[in-house]
Amino acid sequence: MRNMLIVARRELAAYFATPVAVVFIVIFLALQGVLTFNLGNFFERGQADLAPFFNFLPWVFLLLIPALTMRLWAEERRLGTIELLLTLPITQGQAVLGKFLAAWAFCAIALALTFPFIITINYLGQPDNGVIASGYAGGLLVAGAFLSIGSALSAATKNQVIAFVLGVAVCFLFAVASYPLVTDFLAKTSPALAEIVRRLSVAERFQGFTRGVISLRDVIFFASFIGFWLFLNTVIVEHRKAD
Amino acid sequence: MTALIEIEGLTKRFGAFTAVDDVSFTVKRGEVLGFLGPNGAGKSTTMRMLAGFMTPSAGTARICGHDVQRDSIAARKALGFLPEGAPVYPDMTVTGFLRFVAAVRGYNGGEAADRVEHAIGLTQLDSVRLQPVETLSKGFKRRVGLAQSMLHDPPVLVLDEPTDGLDPNQKHEVRALIARMAPEKAIVISTHILEEVGAVCTRAIIIAHGRIVADGTPAELEARHPSGKLDDVFRAMTQVKAA
Repeated sequence: MRNMLIVARRELAAYFATPVAVVFIVIFLALQGVLTFNLGNFFERGQADLAPFFNFLPWVFLLLIPALTMRLWAEERRLGTIELLLTLPITQGQAVLGKFLAAWAFCAIALALTFPFIITINYLGQPDNGVIASGYAGGLLVAGAFLSIGSALSAATKNQVIAFVLGVAVCFLFAVASYPLVTDFLAKTSPALAEIVRRLSVAERFQGFTRGVISLRDVIFFASFIGFWLFLNTVIVEHRKAD
Repeated sequence: MTALIEIEGLTKRFGAFTAVDDVSFTVKRGEVLGFLGPNGAGKSTTMRMLAGFMTPSAGTARICGHDVQRDSIAARKALGFLPEGAPVYPDMTVTGFLRFVAAVRGYNGGEAADRVEHAIGLTQLDSVRLQPVETLSKGFKRRVGLAQSMLHDPPVLVLDEPTDGLDPNQKHEVRALIARMAPEKAIVISTHILEEVGAVCTRAIIIAHGRIVADGTPAELEARHPSGKLDDVFRAMTQVKAA
Protein backbone atom coordinates (compact mmCIF):
# COMPACT_ATOMS: atom_id res chain seq x y z
CA MET A 1 0.00 0.00 0.00
CA ARG A 2 2.73 2.41 1.00
CA ASN A 3 4.90 1.51 -1.98
CA MET A 4 1.94 1.91 -4.29
CA LEU A 5 1.34 5.43 -3.03
CA ILE A 6 5.05 6.32 -3.37
CA VAL A 7 4.98 5.21 -7.02
CA ALA A 8 1.70 7.09 -7.55
CA ARG A 9 3.11 10.28 -6.04
CA ARG A 10 6.20 10.18 -8.24
CA GLU A 11 4.10 9.51 -11.30
CA LEU A 12 1.64 12.30 -10.55
CA ALA A 13 4.51 14.73 -9.98
CA ALA A 14 5.91 13.69 -13.37
CA TYR A 15 2.72 14.91 -15.09
CA PHE A 16 3.17 18.32 -13.56
CA ALA A 17 6.95 18.42 -14.13
CA THR A 18 6.30 18.41 -17.87
CA PRO A 19 3.83 20.43 -19.99
CA VAL A 20 1.67 17.28 -20.21
CA ALA A 21 -0.54 18.35 -17.32
CA VAL A 22 -1.24 21.87 -18.56
CA VAL A 23 -1.80 20.84 -22.19
CA PHE A 24 -4.10 18.00 -21.17
CA ILE A 25 -6.20 20.07 -18.79
CA VAL A 26 -6.51 23.07 -21.10
CA ILE A 27 -7.51 20.96 -24.11
CA PHE A 28 -9.89 18.89 -22.00
CA LEU A 29 -11.66 21.96 -20.61
CA ALA A 30 -11.75 23.69 -24.02
CA LEU A 31 -13.20 20.62 -25.75
CA GLN A 32 -15.79 20.02 -23.05
CA GLY A 33 -16.74 23.70 -23.15
CA VAL A 34 -17.12 23.93 -26.91
CA LEU A 35 -18.99 20.63 -27.17
CA THR A 36 -21.36 21.37 -24.29
CA PHE A 37 -22.20 24.97 -25.14
CA ASN A 38 -22.16 24.83 -28.95
CA LEU A 39 -22.90 21.31 -30.14
CA GLY A 40 -24.85 20.40 -27.02
CA ASN A 41 -27.22 23.42 -27.18
CA PHE A 42 -26.70 23.97 -23.49
CA PHE A 43 -28.67 27.23 -23.42
CA GLU A 44 -31.27 26.52 -26.11
CA ARG A 45 -32.48 23.35 -24.39
CA GLY A 46 -33.75 25.40 -21.49
CA GLN A 47 -33.20 22.55 -19.03
CA ALA A 48 -31.30 22.89 -15.79
CA ASP A 49 -29.09 19.82 -16.07
CA LEU A 50 -25.63 18.86 -17.36
CA ALA A 51 -26.83 16.22 -19.85
CA PRO A 52 -24.97 17.79 -22.81
CA PHE A 53 -21.79 17.91 -20.71
CA PHE A 54 -22.00 14.24 -19.75
CA ASN A 55 -23.05 13.11 -23.25
CA PHE A 56 -19.76 14.29 -24.68
CA LEU A 57 -17.57 13.31 -21.75
CA PRO A 58 -16.85 9.66 -22.78
CA TRP A 59 -15.91 10.79 -26.30
CA VAL A 60 -13.52 13.44 -25.07
CA PHE A 61 -12.00 10.88 -22.68
CA LEU A 62 -11.77 8.40 -25.54
CA LEU A 63 -9.47 10.77 -27.37
CA LEU A 64 -7.48 12.23 -24.49
CA ILE A 65 -7.01 9.38 -22.03
CA PRO A 66 -4.88 7.19 -24.32
CA ALA A 67 -2.64 10.26 -24.70
CA LEU A 68 -2.26 10.24 -20.93
CA THR A 69 -1.58 6.53 -20.61
CA MET A 70 0.60 5.96 -23.67
CA ARG A 71 3.73 6.97 -21.81
CA LEU A 72 3.02 5.06 -18.58
CA TRP A 73 4.99 1.92 -19.50
CA ALA A 74 6.19 2.52 -23.06
CA GLU A 75 8.39 5.38 -21.89
CA GLU A 76 9.80 3.41 -18.96
CA ARG A 77 10.82 0.70 -21.36
CA ARG A 78 12.34 3.06 -23.89
CA LEU A 79 14.35 4.93 -21.23
CA GLY A 80 15.33 1.73 -19.46
CA THR A 81 14.01 3.09 -16.15
CA ILE A 82 11.72 0.06 -15.97
CA GLU A 83 14.83 -1.92 -15.02
CA LEU A 84 15.41 0.47 -12.16
CA LEU A 85 11.78 0.59 -11.02
CA LEU A 86 11.28 -3.18 -11.06
CA THR A 87 14.53 -3.98 -9.27
CA LEU A 88 13.55 -1.76 -6.35
CA PRO A 89 11.85 -3.69 -3.55
CA ILE A 90 8.32 -3.25 -4.89
CA THR A 91 6.08 -5.80 -6.55
CA GLN A 92 4.89 -5.43 -10.13
CA GLY A 93 1.33 -5.20 -8.89
CA GLN A 94 2.27 -2.20 -6.72
CA ALA A 95 3.95 -0.51 -9.68
CA VAL A 96 0.96 -1.14 -11.97
CA LEU A 97 -1.55 0.09 -9.37
CA GLY A 98 0.58 3.09 -8.44
CA LYS A 99 0.83 4.26 -12.03
CA PHE A 100 -2.87 3.69 -12.60
CA LEU A 101 -3.83 5.60 -9.44
CA ALA A 102 -1.65 8.55 -10.44
CA ALA A 103 -3.31 8.76 -13.85
CA TRP A 104 -6.74 8.39 -12.25
CA ALA A 105 -6.03 11.10 -9.70
CA PHE A 106 -4.90 13.30 -12.56
CA CYS A 107 -8.22 12.71 -14.37
CA ALA A 108 -10.04 13.51 -11.15
CA ILE A 109 -8.21 16.83 -11.02
CA ALA A 110 -9.17 17.58 -14.63
CA LEU A 111 -12.79 16.66 -13.90
CA ALA A 112 -12.82 18.78 -10.75
CA LEU A 113 -11.70 21.76 -12.82
CA THR A 114 -14.96 21.61 -14.75
CA PHE A 115 -16.67 23.08 -11.67
CA PRO A 116 -17.66 26.28 -13.55
CA PHE A 117 -20.27 24.18 -15.36
CA ILE A 118 -21.87 23.35 -12.02
CA ILE A 119 -21.78 26.99 -10.94
CA THR A 120 -23.29 28.09 -14.26
CA ILE A 121 -26.15 25.62 -14.14
CA ASN A 122 -26.90 26.46 -10.51
CA TYR A 123 -26.91 30.16 -11.37
CA LEU A 124 -29.27 29.66 -14.30
CA GLY A 125 -31.75 27.32 -12.70
CA GLN A 126 -32.43 24.74 -10.01
CA PRO A 127 -30.74 21.55 -11.19
CA ASP A 128 -30.78 18.29 -9.28
CA ASN A 129 -27.26 18.37 -7.89
CA GLY A 130 -27.54 14.73 -6.87
CA VAL A 131 -27.85 13.75 -10.53
CA ILE A 132 -24.86 15.93 -11.35
CA ALA A 133 -22.81 14.27 -8.58
CA SER A 134 -23.72 10.81 -9.84
CA GLY A 135 -22.78 11.91 -13.38
CA TYR A 136 -19.37 12.96 -12.14
CA ALA A 137 -18.93 9.66 -10.29
CA GLY A 138 -19.80 7.84 -13.53
CA GLY A 139 -17.39 10.05 -15.47
CA LEU A 140 -14.59 9.14 -13.10
CA LEU A 141 -15.37 5.44 -13.55
CA VAL A 142 -15.35 5.79 -17.34
CA ALA A 143 -11.98 7.52 -17.04
CA GLY A 144 -10.74 4.64 -14.86
CA ALA A 145 -11.95 2.07 -17.40
CA PHE A 146 -10.22 3.81 -20.31
CA LEU A 147 -7.07 4.37 -18.22
CA SER A 148 -6.81 0.69 -17.36
CA ILE A 149 -7.10 -0.21 -21.08
CA GLY A 150 -4.51 2.40 -22.05
CA SER A 151 -2.11 1.39 -19.31
CA ALA A 152 -2.20 -2.29 -20.27
CA LEU A 153 -1.63 -1.49 -23.94
CA SER A 154 1.21 0.86 -23.07
CA ALA A 155 2.98 -2.05 -21.36
CA ALA A 156 2.78 -4.08 -24.57
CA THR A 157 4.97 -1.76 -26.65
CA LYS A 158 8.00 0.51 -26.46
CA ASN A 159 6.44 2.84 -28.99
CA GLN A 160 4.19 5.54 -27.58
CA VAL A 161 2.44 6.21 -30.90
CA ILE A 162 1.42 2.56 -31.16
CA ALA A 163 0.27 2.64 -27.53
CA PHE A 164 -1.87 5.71 -28.28
CA VAL A 165 -3.47 4.38 -31.47
CA LEU A 166 -4.21 0.97 -29.95
CA GLY A 167 -5.58 2.68 -26.85
CA VAL A 168 -8.02 4.82 -28.84
CA ALA A 169 -9.09 1.81 -30.92
CA VAL A 170 -9.79 -0.49 -27.98
CA CYS A 171 -11.49 2.25 -25.92
CA PHE A 172 -13.63 3.01 -29.00
CA LEU A 173 -14.74 -0.63 -29.20
CA PHE A 174 -15.92 -0.58 -25.60
CA ALA A 175 -17.58 2.80 -26.08
CA VAL A 176 -19.65 1.83 -29.15
CA ALA A 177 -20.44 -1.73 -28.08
CA SER A 178 -24.06 -0.77 -27.32
CA TYR A 179 -24.58 1.28 -30.48
CA PRO A 180 -26.88 0.01 -33.26
CA LEU A 181 -23.84 -0.12 -35.52
CA VAL A 182 -22.47 -2.98 -33.44
CA THR A 183 -25.59 -4.54 -31.92
CA ASP A 184 -27.47 -4.78 -35.23
CA PHE A 185 -24.53 -6.40 -36.90
CA LEU A 186 -24.08 -8.90 -34.07
CA ALA A 187 -27.82 -9.56 -33.75
CA LYS A 188 -27.83 -10.74 -37.34
CA THR A 189 -24.67 -12.81 -37.17
CA SER A 190 -24.55 -14.15 -33.61
CA PRO A 191 -27.47 -13.12 -31.37
CA ALA A 192 -25.97 -14.77 -28.29
CA LEU A 193 -22.89 -12.61 -28.54
CA ALA A 194 -24.87 -9.43 -29.15
CA GLU A 195 -26.28 -9.36 -25.62
CA ILE A 196 -22.91 -10.02 -24.00
CA VAL A 197 -21.22 -7.33 -26.04
CA ARG A 198 -23.94 -4.81 -25.25
CA ARG A 199 -23.45 -5.41 -21.56
CA LEU A 200 -19.73 -4.73 -21.91
CA SER A 201 -20.40 -1.25 -23.22
CA VAL A 202 -18.80 1.44 -21.11
CA ALA A 203 -21.01 4.15 -22.66
CA GLU A 204 -24.21 2.24 -21.85
CA ARG A 205 -23.17 1.74 -18.21
CA PHE A 206 -22.37 5.42 -17.99
CA GLN A 207 -25.88 6.38 -19.13
CA GLY A 208 -27.37 5.23 -15.83
CA PHE A 209 -25.03 7.47 -13.86
CA THR A 210 -25.95 10.53 -15.93
CA ARG A 211 -29.61 9.97 -15.07
CA GLY A 212 -28.75 9.84 -11.39
CA VAL A 213 -29.00 6.06 -11.07
CA ILE A 214 -26.02 4.44 -9.39
CA SER A 215 -26.69 0.74 -9.53
CA LEU A 216 -24.51 -1.74 -7.70
CA ARG A 217 -24.37 -3.77 -10.90
CA ASP A 218 -22.76 -0.93 -12.83
CA VAL A 219 -20.29 -0.20 -10.04
CA ILE A 220 -19.29 -3.87 -9.95
CA PHE A 221 -18.98 -3.81 -13.75
CA PHE A 222 -16.54 -0.90 -13.65
CA ALA A 223 -14.57 -2.37 -10.75
CA SER A 224 -14.16 -5.72 -12.48
CA PHE A 225 -13.46 -4.07 -15.84
CA ILE A 226 -10.63 -2.01 -14.32
CA GLY A 227 -9.45 -5.00 -12.31
CA PHE A 228 -9.31 -7.19 -15.42
CA TRP A 229 -7.26 -4.72 -17.45
CA LEU A 230 -4.88 -4.00 -14.60
CA PHE A 231 -4.38 -7.71 -14.09
CA LEU A 232 -3.63 -8.00 -17.81
CA ASN A 233 -1.29 -5.03 -17.41
CA THR A 234 0.65 -6.85 -14.67
CA VAL A 235 0.90 -10.00 -16.78
CA ILE A 236 2.14 -8.02 -19.80
CA VAL A 237 4.73 -6.19 -17.67
CA GLU A 238 5.94 -9.49 -16.26
CA HIS A 239 6.37 -11.04 -19.69
CA ARG A 240 7.63 -8.14 -21.71
CA LYS A 241 9.60 -6.01 -19.26
CA ALA A 242 13.00 -7.27 -20.37
CA ASP A 243 12.36 -7.40 -24.13
CA MET B 1 31.96 -17.00 6.01
CA THR B 2 28.94 -17.71 3.82
CA ALA B 3 28.66 -16.23 0.39
CA LEU B 4 26.39 -13.20 -0.02
CA ILE B 5 25.83 -13.91 -3.72
CA GLU B 6 25.25 -17.48 -4.86
CA ILE B 7 24.55 -18.23 -8.51
CA GLU B 8 23.70 -21.79 -9.46
CA GLY B 9 23.44 -23.03 -13.02
CA LEU B 10 21.96 -19.77 -14.24
CA THR B 11 20.81 -20.09 -17.86
CA LYS B 12 18.91 -17.74 -20.14
CA ARG B 13 17.68 -18.66 -23.59
CA PHE B 14 16.08 -16.33 -26.09
CA GLY B 15 14.50 -18.72 -28.57
CA ALA B 16 17.28 -20.86 -29.96
CA PHE B 17 19.96 -18.47 -28.73
CA THR B 18 21.52 -19.18 -25.34
CA ALA B 19 22.69 -15.88 -23.87
CA VAL B 20 23.83 -17.29 -20.53
CA ASP B 21 24.73 -20.94 -20.29
CA ASP B 22 24.92 -22.68 -16.94
CA VAL B 23 26.81 -19.97 -15.05
CA SER B 24 27.63 -20.69 -11.41
CA PHE B 25 29.74 -18.72 -8.95
CA THR B 26 29.63 -17.27 -5.46
CA VAL B 27 30.83 -13.97 -4.05
CA LYS B 28 31.76 -13.58 -0.40
CA ARG B 29 31.77 -10.52 1.81
CA GLY B 30 34.89 -8.46 1.13
CA GLU B 31 35.22 -9.66 -2.44
CA VAL B 32 35.05 -7.34 -5.45
CA LEU B 33 34.35 -9.47 -8.47
CA GLY B 34 35.20 -8.08 -11.91
CA PHE B 35 32.83 -9.51 -14.47
CA LEU B 36 34.58 -9.35 -17.84
CA GLY B 37 33.63 -10.31 -21.34
CA PRO B 38 33.14 -8.98 -24.83
CA ASN B 39 29.91 -7.22 -25.81
CA GLY B 40 27.07 -9.70 -26.01
CA ALA B 41 28.84 -12.27 -23.84
CA GLY B 42 25.97 -12.33 -21.34
CA LYS B 43 27.26 -9.99 -18.62
CA SER B 44 24.22 -7.74 -18.47
CA THR B 45 21.81 -10.67 -18.84
CA THR B 46 23.45 -12.42 -15.88
CA MET B 47 23.27 -9.25 -13.80
CA ARG B 48 19.62 -8.69 -14.74
CA MET B 49 18.74 -12.19 -13.60
CA LEU B 50 20.67 -11.62 -10.38
CA ALA B 51 18.68 -8.42 -9.80
CA GLY B 52 15.41 -10.26 -10.39
CA PHE B 53 14.59 -8.27 -13.52
CA MET B 54 14.84 -11.20 -15.92
CA THR B 55 13.47 -14.63 -15.23
CA PRO B 56 16.11 -17.33 -15.75
CA SER B 57 15.32 -20.21 -18.14
CA ALA B 58 17.04 -22.52 -15.66
CA GLY B 59 19.01 -22.27 -12.44
CA THR B 60 18.68 -19.64 -9.78
CA ALA B 61 20.51 -17.05 -7.73
CA ARG B 62 20.45 -16.12 -4.06
CA ILE B 63 21.30 -12.80 -2.45
CA CYS B 64 22.08 -13.04 1.26
CA GLY B 65 20.33 -16.41 1.19
CA HIS B 66 17.13 -15.04 -0.41
CA ASP B 67 16.17 -16.67 -3.68
CA VAL B 68 15.75 -13.97 -6.35
CA GLN B 69 12.70 -15.73 -7.77
CA ARG B 70 10.82 -17.04 -4.76
CA ASP B 71 11.81 -14.41 -2.22
CA SER B 72 12.38 -11.60 -4.63
CA ILE B 73 11.48 -8.61 -2.43
CA ALA B 74 13.82 -9.69 0.39
CA ALA B 75 16.59 -10.30 -2.15
CA ARG B 76 16.10 -6.87 -3.70
CA LYS B 77 16.15 -5.18 -0.29
CA ALA B 78 19.65 -6.54 0.25
CA LEU B 79 20.76 -5.49 -3.22
CA GLY B 80 21.99 -2.23 -4.70
CA PHE B 81 21.75 -2.45 -8.48
CA LEU B 82 23.05 -0.13 -11.16
CA PRO B 83 21.40 -1.19 -14.44
CA GLU B 84 23.25 -0.92 -17.74
CA GLY B 85 23.34 2.69 -18.94
CA ALA B 86 22.38 3.95 -15.45
CA PRO B 87 18.76 4.85 -16.31
CA VAL B 88 17.22 7.64 -14.21
CA TYR B 89 13.88 9.47 -14.70
CA PRO B 90 14.96 12.46 -16.81
CA ASP B 91 12.39 14.96 -15.54
CA MET B 92 13.23 14.53 -11.84
CA THR B 93 15.83 16.54 -9.98
CA VAL B 94 18.74 14.67 -8.42
CA THR B 95 17.37 15.15 -4.90
CA GLY B 96 13.82 14.41 -6.00
CA PHE B 97 14.89 11.15 -7.57
CA LEU B 98 16.99 10.06 -4.58
CA ARG B 99 14.13 10.92 -2.21
CA PHE B 100 11.86 8.70 -4.28
CA VAL B 101 14.34 5.82 -4.04
CA ALA B 102 14.74 6.44 -0.29
CA ALA B 103 10.95 6.31 0.15
CA VAL B 104 10.68 3.05 -1.80
CA ARG B 105 13.54 1.68 0.31
CA GLY B 106 11.40 2.34 3.37
CA TYR B 107 13.02 5.44 4.85
CA ASN B 108 10.92 8.27 6.25
CA GLY B 109 11.44 11.88 7.26
CA GLY B 110 14.80 12.71 8.76
CA GLU B 111 16.34 9.34 8.06
CA ALA B 112 15.39 9.56 4.38
CA ALA B 113 16.94 13.03 4.19
CA ASP B 114 20.12 11.73 5.88
CA ARG B 115 20.37 8.81 3.47
CA VAL B 116 19.95 11.12 0.47
CA GLU B 117 22.58 13.53 1.83
CA HIS B 118 24.98 10.67 2.49
CA ALA B 119 24.55 9.26 -1.04
CA ILE B 120 24.97 12.73 -2.56
CA GLY B 121 28.15 13.17 -0.52
CA LEU B 122 29.58 9.77 -1.52
CA THR B 123 29.07 10.42 -5.21
CA GLN B 124 29.86 14.16 -5.12
CA LEU B 125 26.59 15.33 -6.58
CA ASP B 126 26.22 18.37 -4.34
CA SER B 127 26.74 20.94 -7.13
CA VAL B 128 23.88 19.56 -9.25
CA ARG B 129 21.43 18.46 -6.57
CA LEU B 130 18.54 20.63 -7.76
CA GLN B 131 19.05 20.12 -11.49
CA PRO B 132 16.76 17.89 -13.52
CA VAL B 133 18.63 14.73 -14.46
CA GLU B 134 18.08 15.32 -18.20
CA THR B 135 20.27 18.44 -18.05
CA LEU B 136 23.23 16.57 -16.55
CA SER B 137 26.33 15.32 -18.33
CA LYS B 138 26.86 11.59 -18.82
CA GLY B 139 29.28 11.42 -15.90
CA PHE B 140 26.84 13.04 -13.48
CA LYS B 141 23.99 10.80 -14.66
CA ARG B 142 26.13 7.75 -14.00
CA ARG B 143 26.87 9.05 -10.51
CA VAL B 144 23.15 9.60 -9.83
CA GLY B 145 22.69 5.93 -10.75
CA LEU B 146 25.49 4.99 -8.38
CA ALA B 147 24.05 7.14 -5.59
CA GLN B 148 20.72 5.36 -6.03
CA SER B 149 22.36 1.93 -5.77
CA MET B 150 24.25 2.63 -2.54
CA LEU B 151 21.67 4.82 -0.80
CA HIS B 152 20.49 2.06 1.53
CA ASP B 153 24.02 0.78 2.24
CA PRO B 154 23.22 -2.71 0.90
CA PRO B 155 25.38 -5.75 1.70
CA VAL B 156 25.41 -6.67 -2.01
CA LEU B 157 26.19 -4.29 -4.87
CA VAL B 158 25.79 -5.24 -8.52
CA LEU B 159 27.06 -2.51 -10.82
CA ASP B 160 26.80 -2.82 -14.59
CA GLU B 161 29.62 -0.72 -16.06
CA PRO B 162 29.83 1.79 -13.20
CA THR B 163 32.66 3.83 -14.74
CA ASP B 164 31.41 3.95 -18.34
CA GLY B 165 31.30 7.55 -19.57
CA LEU B 166 33.26 8.98 -16.66
CA ASP B 167 36.41 11.04 -17.16
CA PRO B 168 39.69 9.72 -15.69
CA ASN B 169 39.28 11.74 -12.48
CA GLN B 170 35.76 10.51 -11.94
CA LYS B 171 36.81 6.94 -12.72
CA HIS B 172 39.45 7.23 -10.05
CA GLU B 173 36.87 8.55 -7.56
CA VAL B 174 34.40 5.75 -8.27
CA ARG B 175 37.12 3.11 -7.94
CA ALA B 176 38.24 4.64 -4.66
CA LEU B 177 34.63 4.61 -3.48
CA ILE B 178 34.23 0.94 -4.40
CA ALA B 179 37.51 0.09 -2.69
CA ARG B 180 36.38 1.90 0.50
CA MET B 181 33.10 -0.01 0.63
CA ALA B 182 34.64 -3.34 -0.34
CA PRO B 183 35.48 -4.78 3.11
CA GLU B 184 31.83 -4.95 4.30
CA LYS B 185 30.15 -5.86 1.03
CA ALA B 186 30.05 -8.35 -1.80
CA ILE B 187 30.44 -6.36 -5.01
CA VAL B 188 30.11 -7.40 -8.64
CA ILE B 189 31.13 -4.93 -11.33
CA SER B 190 31.04 -5.52 -15.04
CA THR B 191 33.51 -3.65 -17.17
CA HIS B 192 35.32 -3.50 -20.48
CA ILE B 193 38.20 -1.63 -18.96
CA LEU B 194 40.74 -4.23 -17.99
CA GLU B 195 42.97 -1.87 -16.00
CA GLU B 196 40.00 -1.47 -13.66
CA VAL B 197 40.26 -5.11 -12.69
CA GLY B 198 43.78 -4.69 -11.37
CA ALA B 199 42.77 -1.46 -9.65
CA VAL B 200 39.73 -2.58 -7.65
CA CYS B 201 38.93 -6.25 -8.11
CA THR B 202 40.05 -9.04 -5.81
CA ARG B 203 38.83 -11.59 -8.31
CA ALA B 204 37.82 -11.70 -11.95
CA ILE B 205 35.56 -13.87 -14.05
CA ILE B 206 35.82 -13.87 -17.84
CA ILE B 207 32.66 -14.83 -19.65
CA ALA B 208 32.34 -15.54 -23.38
CA HIS B 209 29.30 -16.80 -25.28
CA GLY B 210 27.42 -17.15 -22.02
CA ARG B 211 29.97 -19.43 -20.37
CA ILE B 212 32.58 -18.79 -17.74
CA VAL B 213 35.99 -19.29 -19.33
CA ALA B 214 38.19 -18.11 -16.48
CA ASP B 215 37.83 -17.44 -12.76
CA GLY B 216 40.64 -16.31 -10.48
CA THR B 217 42.48 -13.40 -8.90
CA PRO B 218 43.79 -10.81 -11.37
CA ALA B 219 47.32 -12.10 -10.75
CA GLU B 220 46.32 -15.68 -11.47
CA LEU B 221 44.65 -14.68 -14.71
CA GLU B 222 47.63 -12.63 -15.82
CA ALA B 223 49.88 -15.65 -15.26
CA ARG B 224 47.89 -17.58 -17.85
CA HIS B 225 49.52 -15.77 -20.74
CA PRO B 226 53.25 -15.56 -21.38
CA SER B 227 53.08 -11.77 -21.67
CA GLY B 228 51.53 -11.50 -18.20
CA LYS B 229 49.03 -8.92 -19.44
CA LEU B 230 45.33 -9.22 -18.71
CA ASP B 231 44.63 -7.78 -22.17
CA ASP B 232 46.27 -10.75 -23.82
CA VAL B 233 44.60 -13.24 -21.53
CA PHE B 234 41.23 -11.66 -22.29
CA ARG B 235 41.81 -11.77 -26.04
CA ALA B 236 43.08 -15.34 -26.00
CA MET B 237 40.21 -16.59 -23.87
CA THR B 238 37.35 -14.86 -25.62
CA GLN B 239 38.55 -15.29 -29.20
CA VAL B 240 39.55 -18.95 -29.11
CA LYS B 241 35.95 -19.63 -28.18
CA ALA B 242 34.69 -17.55 -31.04
CA ALA B 243 36.87 -19.27 -33.63
